[in-house]
Amino acid sequence: MDFLRPASWEEALAAKAEHPTAVPIAGGTDVMVEINFDHRRPEYLLDLNRVTDLTEWEVGQDSVRLGASVPYTRVMENLRAELPGLALASHTVASPQIRNRGGVGGNLGTASPAGDAHPALLAAGAEVEVESVRGSRLIPIDDFYTGVKRNALAPDELIRAVHIKKADGPQQYSKVGTRNAMVIAVCAFGLALHPETRTVRTGIGSAAPTPVRAKAAEEFLNAALEEGGFWDNGKIITPSVAKQFADLCAAACNPIDDVRGTASYRRHAVGIMARRTLTWTWESYRGTAARTEGVA
Amino acid sequence: MRVNFTVNGRPQEADDVWEGESLLYVLRERLGLPGSKNACEQGECGSCTVRLDGVPVCSCLVAAGQVEGRDVVTVEGLADFAKQRACGSTCGTPLDEAKQWAAKGQDSQTGEGTELSPIQQAFIDAGAVQCGFCTPGLLVAADEMLERNPNPTDADIREALSGNLCRCTGYEKIMDAVRLAAARQSEGV
Amino acid sequence: MPTTGAPTKITQGSQTKGGIGESTLRPDGTLKVTGEFAYSSDMWHEDMLWGQILRSTVAHAEIVSIDTSEALAMAGVYAVMTYDDLPTDVKNYGLEIQDTPVLAHGKVRHHGEPVAIVAADHPETARRAAAKIKVEYRELPVITDEASATAPDAILIHEGRDDHHIGHVPHPNIVHRQPIIRGNAEEAARRADFVVKGEYTFGMQDQAFLGPESGLAVPDEDGGVHLYIATQWLHSDLKQIAPVLGLPESKVRMTLSGVGGAFGGREDISMQIHACLLALRTGKPVKIVYNRFESFFGHVHRHPAKLYYEHGATKDGKLTHVKCRIVLDGGAYASASPAVVGNASSLSIGPYMVDDVDIEAIALYTNNPPCGAMRGFGAVQACFAYEAQMDKLADEVGMDRVAFRQLNAMEQGTIMPTGQPVDSPAPVAELLRRVKAMPLPPERQWESSEGADVRQLPGGLSNTTHGEGVVRGVGYAVGIKNVGFSEGFDDYSTAKVRMEVVGGEPVATVHTAMAEVGQGGVTVHAQIARTELGVTQVTIHPADTQVGSAGSTSASRQTYVTGGAVKNSCELVREKVLEIGRRKFGSYHPAWATAELLLEGGKVVTDGGEVLADLAEVLEGETVEVEAEWRHRPTEAFDLRTGQGFGHVQYSFAAHRAVVEVDTELGLVKVIELACAQDVGKALNPLSVVGQIQGGTTQGLGVAVMEEIIVDPKTAKVRNPSFTDYLIPTILDTPTIPVDVLELADDHAPYGLRGIGEAPTLSSTPAVLAAIRNATGLELNRTPVRPEHLTGTA
Repeated sequence: MDFLRPASWEEALAAKAEHPTAVPIAGGTDVMVEINFDHRRPEYLLDLNRVTDLTEWEVGQDSVRLGASVPYTRVMENLRAELPGLALASHTVASPQIRNRGGVGGNLGTASPAGDAHPALLAAGAEVEVESVRGSRLIPIDDFYTGVKRNALAPDELIRAVHIKKADGPQQYSKVGTRNAMVIAVCAFGLALHPETRTVRTGIGSAAPTPVRAKAAEEFLNAALEEGGFWDNGKIITPSVAKQFADLCAAACNPIDDVRGTASYRRHAVGIMARRTLTWTWESYRGTAARTEGVA
Repeated sequence: MRVNFTVNGRPQEADDVWEGESLLYVLRERLGLPGSKNACEQGECGSCTVRLDGVPVCSCLVAAGQVEGRDVVTVEGLADFAKQRACGSTCGTPLDEAKQWAAKGQDSQTGEGTELSPIQQAFIDAGAVQCGFCTPGLLVAADEMLERNPNPTDADIREALSGNLCRCTGYEKIMDAVRLAAARQSEGV
Repeated sequence: MPTTGAPTKITQGSQTKGGIGESTLRPDGTLKVTGEFAYSSDMWHEDMLWGQILRSTVAHAEIVSIDTSEALAMAGVYAVMTYDDLPTDVKNYGLEIQDTPVLAHGKVRHHGEPVAIVAADHPETARRAAAKIKVEYRELPVITDEASATAPDAILIHEGRDDHHIGHVPHPNIVHRQPIIRGNAEEAARRADFVVKGEYTFGMQDQAFLGPESGLAVPDEDGGVHLYIATQWLHSDLKQIAPVLGLPESKVRMTLSGVGGAFGGREDISMQIHACLLALRTGKPVKIVYNRFESFFGHVHRHPAKLYYEHGATKDGKLTHVKCRIVLDGGAYASASPAVVGNASSLSIGPYMVDDVDIEAIALYTNNPPCGAMRGFGAVQACFAYEAQMDKLADEVGMDRVAFRQLNAMEQGTIMPTGQPVDSPAPVAELLRRVKAMPLPPERQWESSEGADVRQLPGGLSNTTHGEGVVRGVGYAVGIKNVGFSEGFDDYSTAKVRMEVVGGEPVATVHTAMAEVGQGGVTVHAQIARTELGVTQVTIHPADTQVGSAGSTSASRQTYVTGGAVKNSCELVREKVLEIGRRKFGSYHPAWATAELLLEGGKVVTDGGEVLADLAEVLEGETVEVEAEWRHRPTEAFDLRTGQGFGHVQYSFAAHRAVVEVDTELGLVKVIELACAQDVGKALNPLSVVGQIQGGTTQGLGVAVMEEIIVDPKTAKVRNPSFTDYLIPTILDTPTIPVDVLELADDHAPYGLRGIGEAPTLSSTPAVLAAIRNATGLELNRTPVRPEHLTGTA
C-alpha cells in the first residue's frame, strides 16, 4: 500500500490520473473501517486532508457550493438556514466524533444507499462537481447513483464539491434507526418544498439499491397542491392527500430484508416519515406564509 | 513511511509506519501511549477519542499518514491541556515547580500524586469509572464539550456523549460526573 | 470445614476511616482516568510478535485439508500452527466438559471456530499470512434448533460423548436436562379458575464488554510461560491451559492485566492457549488482540431460549401451579450450559410461592455460536417469560399487576420448587412496593418552548417524531437470582493478608487472585482490611496465580466469597497481631488478657475504648501474614429426576418499574425512566452498589429493545458481528435510573451482604417489555422487540 499526500487539488487530480485505483480518503469514516477490518487493501490511499479547499464552502445566489470534505458538524452549525434538510441529515450522522470528520463527499464517494446525506441532497436538488485532469463537470444528483455502492464517477475523477440549491421553502429529514443515536439508517426520508417552482422533491435512503426519489409521489402532490390552490391559500393538506402521498412514497421503495430491518417495515416507515415530514414542512410553510401576509 | 506530528505538546516521530495503520495504532503501539483505547475500530464506540487540531475524532478512523504535521491531544495529555486552558498562555510550569513535581513522584499502585483535570477528578469522585475502558474517550469528549458549553443541560450532555459507549455504568454516574465537573468549573473550584 | 461467616460479636473497626459501608473511591481510579492503567491489550514487550487466528468461514463442515505452506513462507512470519502441531494429547478445553478443540480437528462445529494460528512481526503480516492458509471444507447440514437437533437421524454435534450428563439426556445433542417436579401440577391445574399459556423467545445477547479479548504470553527461561491476561478466573484458565501446553501448572504463571469489562464473556478461554502455544513455539513474546469482529466469535454469548409456560390462579389471585419448559440453545460447545440449565430450571417460576410445579429445562448442542455465561444466566431468560405470564394472569384474574405479584410473592421461609427453604430475607413484595411508590416522571418532558426536543423522544437525534404517535406505558417486574456457584460446587476463595510497618505506619497488604473486571472488588477488599485491621493504608497486590484460587468473578459472588476470604484472613491476622501485642506488652496492662480487643484507627483498643498500644509498636520488627481459604456453606446437586436439593447458597432480588414512550406508528421506543429497588443485604460500598445496579439495569434494557446476535437459520452464520449492527444502548438510549437500596442482612453471609451484580439485569428486561405492551396493547412474546414487531411488519 502506498500513501499519497497531495498538497493541493491539482496534485490530487494528477495523482488520481496516475493511479486511478487510488482510494481517496478524507474523513476516513468509511475507508478506515474497511482497512481496519481487512475488507479492503487498496494499492494506494489518496489523502485529501491537505487539500484545504475541500473543507470550504461558498454561499452563492441560488446555491451553496459545499466542499466535499466540509465536516457534517460545520453543515449543522453554519448552513442551517441555507440547507435545512442537509443540516438535519448531518445531525443524524453517526456520532459527534464522526460528524467532526466526515463530509458529504464521502457519502457520495461510497454511494451506499444508507448514506445519510443522500435523501437531503435528492430533495433539495443538487449537482455533484467532479473533476479530473481532463476537466470538470457537474453531475445532477438524480444521475449520480448508478447502483449499490456505485456512482457516476470516472476512475480518474474526484469529487470536488456539491452544489446544493438554497432552500426556498421548508425542508425536513427523518431517519429511522433502532437506537436513539449513533445508528445506521434502517431507512430515511427527505422532503423539500420549493414554493418558487411550486414543487416538492423527495429523497429516500436505505430502501432501494440506491438512494431514490419518490417521483410518482412528488407528481401526485404537485398536482394536488396545484389543484387545491394550496400554495396560495395555505390550507391544511387534507388527510387523504397526505395519505396518498405517503403511500406513493412507500411504493417508491424497493427494499430488502436485512439485519437492520425488514423490507415490509422499511416501506411502512417511509410512508410514516413521508406523512410526518409533509405535515411539518407544510405547517412551517403555512406559518411563514401567514406571517408574511400578516406583515403585508 | 515516516510520520511527524505533535502529541500532547511534544513533537513525535513514528518510523516504518504501514500505510494502513491508524492514528490509534501509532499512538498505542509505536509511541507508548496506550491510553486511547481500541474497542471497535469502526467509529462506533468513541473509546479512542482524541483531539485532532482541537477537534474530537475517533483516532481509529484517522489514517496515520493524515496526521503529518498536526496536533493531537490524548487522555495522557488531558490534565496538562486543561491546565493550560485554565491559565491561558501566560502560565507555563516554572522550572522549580516542574522539578518538585518530579521529586514528589507517584504511587505506582494508585497513581496518587498525579495532577488531574477537573473532568478526570469528577469521574473518580462520582463513581463514573468501573472497568474504565471507555473512560479515556469519554473524558476527552466530555472535556471538549465543557470547553464549548460550560453549562450544559442533561440533554446537551447526552447528545455530546452519544458517540461514546459504556457497558458498565448505565451512564448515570457519567452524567453525575459531567454535572459535577460543570458545577465545579462554574464555582471556579 | 466450611466457615459460615457467623456474625462476630465485636463490630470491628467502626472508627477506622475508609472501612465498609463508606463510598470509598476506587484505588485504580487515577490510573484509569489518566490512561495509565494497563489493560491486557496495552501490554507490550520488546521483540514481541502478533498472533492471529484463522477462523472457519462455515458453521458445520469436515475439514478436508489445510495447507499452511504459503503462509509459512512469508517474510515476517514466525509460526503457523494447526491441530497437528499441538504438543500433547490434551487438545480440548472447557469449563465443565472438555469438548472445545484448541484448534479444529477434522471438523468445525460453528461459524468462526479457530482453525489455525499465526505469529508474525506485525499484525498486518499476521493477517495476510492467515489469509494465505488454504482450508478445504466439506460442508455438513447445520443444526440450528430443537427440532433439527433432536431428530432421530440428526447428525451428532459431538460423537462419542463420555461426559457425566450423557447418561441422563434424552438425545446426545442435548447437553443437560434438569426437570423439577414438586407437588402435582396436573392436579393443581384443576383448581385453577384462570389459566394462561405463553410461548416466549429470548434472543442471543452479547456481553459486548468494551475491552476485546487480548493478552501477552512471554516465554520463561525455565521452559514455562508467563501470561498477562484479562479473565474472570485465573485459576480456571490455568487448569485448562497447562495440560494443553504439556506444562505443570507451576510453569504457567498468570498475572491479571487490566480487564475491560467481562459480564460472563471471559469465563471461557479465548486466546489464552493460542498465545502461549505461539510463544512457546517461537520463543518470543506473543500478543494477541481481537478486534471487535473477532470478539463476537471469540467468546460465548447469552443462551437464546424458547420458553413455554402455563400458569394458573384461583379467583382470588393465588397461583395454583406452573408448568414450564425452557429450551436453551447452547451452540456448538458446552461452556457453562449445564449450570445455565440448573439456574433456568430452579429459578423458572420466579420469586413466587407455588407448591405445584412441573418444570423442565434443557440446553441443546447446535451449530449456532457457543453460548455460556452472561450476567444472570438462566435466570434472565426465565424472568422475561414468567413476568410476562404474571401480567397476563393478573389481567385474567382482574387484579392490579403489582398487587397480584405481591399477593404471591415469596418471603423468608418459602419453599423453592427444589424443596429448599429460603432462609434469609426475601423482601419481594416490599421491593415492588418501593419501586411503585417512586414518583412517576412528568409527562411530555420533550416539550420545550422551542418545540419538541427530539433528543428526548423516540428516535432521538434521527428526528422521526415531534410527538406524533407517541404513547406512554408503564411496566413492572421482579426477579430472583442465585448468588455464587450452586449445585454442590466447591465454591471457595483464598486471601493472603499481610500486616507490617512501612515508614512508621501500619500497612496491610491484601493479595488474592480475584479478577477485578470493573466491579470494584479491589475497593471493597481495601475497605474490609481497614475495618478488620484498623489501618488506613491498604495495598492491593496484583492478582496472579502465586496465591490460591479466588474463584470466578461471576455469579454475583466475589464480594461474598472473596470478600469473605479477605475478612476471614484479616481476622486470623488480627488474632496473630494481638498475640504479638500480648507477648510484647501484655505485662503492662491487664486488659491485654481480659478485654475484647479491637484494631481501630491504627491502635489496639479495648471494647471499652481504652487504647493499649499503637499498631506500629506492636508490629515493629514483625510481619504477620496469613493465606487461608474460605468457603460459604455447602450446597448440593439437584436430583436428576425431581430437581430436589439444596442447590443454592443465597438469593438476590430486584424489582424494576419501567416508563417508556413508544412511537406506535414507527415502532420506536424511548425508555424514559427505569427505577430499581434491590435488597443488597449490606452495602459495603454504596456508590459501587448503585453503579452495579444501574449498569445491570442498562444491559437488561439493551436486550429489551435492541441487542441481538442474529444467526442465519439456513447457514448458522452470524450476520451482525460488529458494533454497527449489534447495537448496545448509548447514553441517549439510557434513561435516568433511580435506585432504592434496601439492606436486610443475610445472617449467613459476611457482614450480612448479598451478591448484587446480576439481579438488576433480570427484571429490567421484562419491565421494559411490560411497559411497551402497556403502551401498545401488543402481546410481544419475544425480546428484543424491534420496530417491525411493533408495527406488524416483521
